[in-house]
Amino acid sequence: MLGKLTWAAIPFDQPIIMVTCVVLLIGIAFVLGLLTWLGRWRWLWVEWLTTVDHKRVGIMYVLLAVVMLLRGFSDAIMMRAQQALAAGGGAGFLPPEHYDQVFSAHGTIMIFFMAMPFVVGLMNFVVPLQIGARDVAFPVMNALSFWLTAAGALLINVSLGVGEFARTGWLVYPPLSELAYSPGVGVDYYLWALQISGLGTLLSGINLVTTIMRCRAPGMKLEHMPIFTWTALAANMLIVAAFPVLTATFAMLLLDRYADMHFFTNELGGSPMMFINLIWMWGHPEVYILVIPAFGVFSEVIATFSGKPLFGYRSMVIATMAITVLAFTTWLHHFFTMGSGANVNAFFGITTMIISIPTGVKIFNWLFTMYGGRVRYTSQVLWTLGFMITFTIGGMTGVLMSIPPVDFVLHNSLFLIAHFHNVIIGGVVFACMAAFTYWFPKAFGFTLDERLGKMVFWCWFIGFYLAFMPLYALGFLGMTRRMNHFDNPVWTPYLYVAMAGAVLIMIGIVLQVVQLVVSIRTRQLRRDLTGDPWQGRTLEWSTVSPPPAYNFAVLPVVEGIDAHWAARRSGVPVQVGPIEDIEMPKRSALGFVLAFLSVTGGFSMVWHIYWLGLASLLAAVAFWIQQSWSEDDETTLRARDLAAFEEVARLRTVRA
Amino acid sequence: MLQSVLDAHHIPAPHAAASERRGMTGFGFYLYLLSDCVLFATLFAAFAVLHRSVADGPTGQQLFDLRNAFIETACLLTSSVTCGMAMLACDRRDTRAAFGALAVTFLLGLVFLSMELKEFARMVSEGAGPSRSAFLSAFFTLVGTHGMHVTAGLVWLGVIVVQLRRKGFSEGVVRRMFCFSLFWHVIDVVWIAVFSFVYLIGSAS
Repeated sequence: MLGKLTWAAIPFDQPIIMVTCVVLLIGIAFVLGLLTWLGRWRWLWVEWLTTVDHKRVGIMYVLLAVVMLLRGFSDAIMMRAQQALAAGGGAGFLPPEHYDQVFSAHGTIMIFFMAMPFVVGLMNFVVPLQIGARDVAFPVMNALSFWLTAAGALLINVSLGVGEFARTGWLVYPPLSELAYSPGVGVDYYLWALQISGLGTLLSGINLVTTIMRCRAPGMKLEHMPIFTWTALAANMLIVAAFPVLTATFAMLLLDRYADMHFFTNELGGSPMMFINLIWMWGHPEVYILVIPAFGVFSEVIATFSGKPLFGYRSMVIATMAITVLAFTTWLHHFFTMGSGANVNAFFGITTMIISIPTGVKIFNWLFTMYGGRVRYTSQVLWTLGFMITFTIGGMTGVLMSIPPVDFVLHNSLFLIAHFHNVIIGGVVFACMAAFTYWFPKAFGFTLDERLGKMVFWCWFIGFYLAFMPLYALGFLGMTRRMNHFDNPVWTPYLYVAMAGAVLIMIGIVLQVVQLVVSIRTRQLRRDLTGDPWQGRTLEWSTVSPPPAYNFAVLPVVEGIDAHWAARRSGVPVQVGPIEDIEMPKRSALGFVLAFLSVTGGFSMVWHIYWLGLASLLAAVAFWIQQSWSEDDETTLRARDLAAFEEVARLRTVRA
Repeated sequence: MLQSVLDAHHIPAPHAAASERRGMTGFGFYLYLLSDCVLFATLFAAFAVLHRSVADGPTGQQLFDLRNAFIETACLLTSSVTCGMAMLACDRRDTRAAFGALAVTFLLGLVFLSMELKEFARMVSEGAGPSRSAFLSAFFTLVGTHGMHVTAGLVWLGVIVVQLRRKGFSEGVVRRMFCFSLFWHVIDVVWIAVFSFVYLIGSAS
């Protein structure tokens, strides 16, 4: 009846896990109690759980990402503490089987449930506003995408209290992840959770590509699009092309584990190396799915705060598209040591070096944008400068490792760990931080505290160098990744420094929360009444903050790049013409219900409760068909009501 | 100046909204189909890598029945033609012809599926199931994934027929028929690749 699920699945004997679970349960009970006490259940359902507004969906994505950042970071600081303690015969506080789960969880959660939702959430929120659209192309599917991502995040976090996390690293390499060597449920949790959230990401990619190609404001040609929209287009095309590979690869591993097949096993002709190839055919484009929108964020920030158009718009677009194509030609550099032969390794070494060229072009474009501009050194600009320095260093160590003989020395050492944290923290995380403060006033109508924002930056910036520069040195000293304990006393001082860096980053995260609380409490003083707190350049700044559900009462008319900036200079507003009736999508429970069923389905499959898995699938299909019956999925906003609302908004601006 | 821009990118009147929405849905559905092709490409790649890894078990040459595969191909190709005829009937808003063409499409799909399942059952009973060797894992997964697409297509087709009966050629039903026809043709193209690479080449070598 309950498959493999028994009371033994809950690790009562592990105090660290049990205390965490109790704290989490108390937290969840507190939130549910608060909702009941305040009588906000209906509000939650109507305004958030069933919303199809791209702005709210984007905000929920970012909220999910921030929560997952806390989870992933607690794994990180446990690893740093373990390695600082477990030297010279000490065992540390994490037993090996638990430590293996912690490093697997850290990578999985940070990439799939922190970085991805953050970047997808930003694109969701910003892109329709930047192209002057009222919503994404498929609003209901957009909500479904978010809820599937949230379902995956929920499922993989259930493994903390019921069962175990995978012990196989963040990409579950076989044959270790095969049933013979990982008989537990950890790998199954991982696979089902990522299949569900991966489907959500694919749908979101289709949605945003369609939005950008089909929903632009009148007059906005491709060459008039803001750079962030260009980078979003590139990233989402990569999602459409790369995520099916991930789905197929994980499906094959699932079949190995559930149906006794032999894709990646050691026996009967299976090929574990095929998994490594396939997973990186998705994995390398994934790196660019994360970092290309980050480039877009920095481009917007640096142009806005330099008070100048972006230097080399055209070369920026070409470089972005070049990276998009080349992203599919470098996957083998993740495993030069597999032994594909000198010629194959040389080919992929060269493509890896080539892909760094368009990235270099971008760095120069940002520098020349600042040159001769009146640069305002706000926290967003500090993140951008920190990124340019840090990412350049990370890029150089990457090019170093693209030389196969060097890679043979450094493969799977801490040098590699330092390298990819160097580009992902220095690129993606810094961009998320910059974007968070940059677009926050657009989303909520007030700015964030600058002084605390700068303190957050310095904590992350210095903390990053303290935490990861020692890891480069440790790589050269021969320390490999994923070590639970070791007996070389020479490494220990470096690990103390790295630990100190992690603590500094933790202070940065705490200050970020403080910044949010302080800013909310003083929001009356920091209202953005103009809709354009930074003297921005692109269309999202030409509507009020926060924008109404329909974004623009009159669709803006665009004649060139930086439409908002041009309109401010010429004095002719982008929104002209009479207000007309607007068709808006109705709210829908489809996403939430299907995601709920995918959680029950995924959980049952993990524990081999097949009847419930099948029931969930059938219920999902039935609900979907039932929903397709109603074609009355739009509602009309009357021009008269719109005009009244716009008048109120205008008066507010004038008073400011 | 502004007026000329407005005219050049003329903002759609309400009656144009339906066709614009269908165009947008079609665009998104094309993107989905492209991603589906990448999914199949991955499975084809796996089959290409593993097709000689028979682990001393039966090979494709010993297992495949080309006559069976040929009839399956004929069924599916014909069903693509009848699906196209259903779309033509939809353009004319001819309910009877649309029902007829969709029914034939459904039946041909059903024949294809039952032949495929019979072949799978025969292979499993001969001890050549998916867990026998890496080659057979790849074979069953590739061909089975295609079969699952056909199954999903048949369920979808059933829903469309019921909706067509209840609601006639409503905006939503027409949009769904359009997407279904794209889906069905792409499945057909994928099958041609399966027939060529798996069955024809597999029986020859």
